Amino acid sequence: MSKNIKSISNPKLKLEILTTEEVRKIHDATLWIIENVGVRFPSKRALEIWASNGAIVDYDKKIVRAKPNLIEDALKKCPPKYILAARDPQQDCSLDGNHVYLGTDGCGVEVIDMETGQKRTSKLGDVADISRLADATEEVGFHWVPVSAQDVPVEARGLHEVKTIWENSTKHVQTESIYNADEAKAAIEMAALIAGGRDKLRERPVLSLMQCTAPPLGHDGGSLDAALLAAEVGIPTGFMTMAACLTTGPATLAGNLAVGNAEVIAATAMLQLAHPGTPVFYAAAQTASDLRTGAYTGGGPEDFLFGAATNVLSDFYNIPLSMGAFATGAKEPNWQAGLEGAMSSFMASVVMSDMLLGCGFLHGSRIWSYAEMMMDCEIFSIMHKVMQGIVVDEETLALDAIAAVGPGGHYLAQKHTRKHMKEIFLPEFMDRRPYGEWETKKDDARDWALAKARKRLKEHKPDPLDPKISAEMARIIKSVEK
Amino acid sequence: MSEELLKEMAQSIIDGDSDKSVELAQKAIDLKMHPLEAITKGFVVGVNYIGDQFGKGEAFLPELVMAGEAMKAAVATLDPELRKLGSEREIMGRVVLATVEGDIHEIGKTLVGTMLSASGFEVHDIGVDAPADKIIGKALEVNANIIGMSALLTTTMVRQREVIDELEKEGLRGKFKVIVGGAPITREWYEKIKADGYSEDAIGAVKLAKELLGKG
Repeated sequence: MSKNIKSISNPKLKLEILTTEEVRKIHDATLWIIENVGVRFPSKRALEIWASNGAIVDYDKKIVRAKPNLIEDALKKCPPKYILAARDPQQDCSLDGNHVYLGTDGCGVEVIDMETGQKRTSKLGDVADISRLADATEEVGFHWVPVSAQDVPVEARGLHEVKTIWENSTKHVQTESIYNADEAKAAIEMAALIAGGRDKLRERPVLSLMQCTAPPLGHDGGSLDAALLAAEVGIPTGFMTMAACLTTGPATLAGNLAVGNAEVIAATAMLQLAHPGTPVFYAAAQTASDLRTGAYTGGGPEDFLFGAATNVLSDFYNIPLSMGAFATGAKEPNWQAGLEGAMSSFMASVVMSDMLLGCGFLHGSRIWSYAEMMMDCEIFSIMHKVMQGIVVDEETLALDAIAAVGPGGHYLAQKHTRKHMKEIFLPEFMDRRPYGEWETKKDDARDWALAKARKRLKEHKPDPLDPKISAEMARIIKSVEK
Repeated sequence: MSEELLKEMAQSIIDGDSDKSVELAQKAIDLKMHPLEAITKGFVVGVNYIGDQFGKGEAFLPELVMAGEAMKAAVATLDPELRKLGSEREIMGRVVLATVEGDIHEIGKTLVGTMLSASGFEVHDIGVDAPADKIIGKALEVNANIIGMSALLTTTMVRQREVIDELEKEGLRGKFKVIVGGAPITREWYEKIKADGYSEDAIGAVKLAKELLGKG
């Protein structure tokens, strides 16, 4: 089994979605929002940091208003690139602006059971299985906690989840389900065990944290506290806005970008004020609510546009981006899933978003589907191929072969063909069979994807985590659960 | 004359114009029109029209919300007059809404409140991060028929069960219908915690509320 991680690099395709002037306008609008409307930071520690740096703090409403230069000066301290470390250094993710990595999505609440095909509540065992499958899947560069371990008490659930992933995979673990100070402290301790010490975490951040904002223009208190603790030791942290047009954001896309941007850069600036130079990333999964019900949709043209536009913003701030991609609203791996997966991953990849979150879900990031995971991964591979573009040079113009074949004839027996044929993409799940064959079997991508997942899960044995580290992690968890 | 005024009242709701609806409500009071007549023959006509259009897919959520707000504003203006006359507006039921303790997410709950309000329910939205005793206390205070709880996180949705358990403990479970919602809420969950129902969106919540109170 190859330990290789597939990532998109050196793209030959380019997409222009926002001009320099348009980005500037969004940034200026964002600064205006932060200065005049304010952002809510419901954390004592956060408010102290803002106050001590000269921002206007309304302690009653917990709203902070900060002047542009405070924000801009703080953001200048963000490191432009760093790594997400893996247990196996071969699998480190380089967040340098020239790599697009795919992660497993999270945090779902149900799983389509692999054996029964029935939907059921998610458990810790699912976290183990999914991360083990992701460990064996080249397209997956890093993990999110995929589903909530609902059979484990809430107090230390986030800790059980990351421990389980580390035990089932050597790839980097990013968690979106640690959002209080107690769990954050313990998670840092646990990560230090793998990195070889608390002081080694900055160099080898085997854990990173993602926190959701509370749009519009707000944050969760526990999330802020957890992020500050992570920032203190150099564990990469990002804030994700999911501002949704119509409901938690303006109906217009630019306004929605501005609202989300205010949430993200204000919190990011706060981390820099507290711990200058700490590694941070921009995170986003903006969308538009459904006009009829206000529902979270999981995809649509607005999502696709945000998917490309946000990286232009994060490039402006010169920090890595974690972008929502895949995560269809479809209830089954069907037309909608394919459409949403392809368009969202294309848009986020072509602009070189550093991290794509993520593969494996149905119904708006709620239901884990093993088949969908495999199919999402194939879409990612296809994007990987598409981003390579068309190389035009003497070799690829193939004039010698063209002259040799002449008018009529074929290229199948040409040496040139044999030399380059492996560059042609060989899909696993696209049905290219004769119609008659399909007619007799009537099977398709969903069946093959599920079979692949099943086989891989049965056969793959990840590099085990040192049992001593496991035991120490268990002890740490117990002390939190007390 | 009053025909014209009633038509304007309906239109102010359709237009989602809270300033106008308040102005017209005040005008009704000044002209000694009975507040119930203003509500049922004027404003509610507008609410029903929008509701109808919404059901047909020809009006959308923001229009419904704005109509609801305009209605709320008109009713608030007419309420004191109603009480003076010793009348009471017929309501579908009383609902207490809250996002559970430790959870600050509220857009879904807010939408549910707006839809319920627009459908004739009296809604008491006590906001986010609401501990069990605050939820139950409010329900008792306003003599609610329904308690609705929202949670976005799997780690906070357990509070929904705690509230139900608390109601049981205090012998109050039978007094209220309890409904739950939020992204991680599933059929399996609501059945597990023995809530009276759940809905995946605000429209379903209104339907559910009506059904539970026998008005469906």
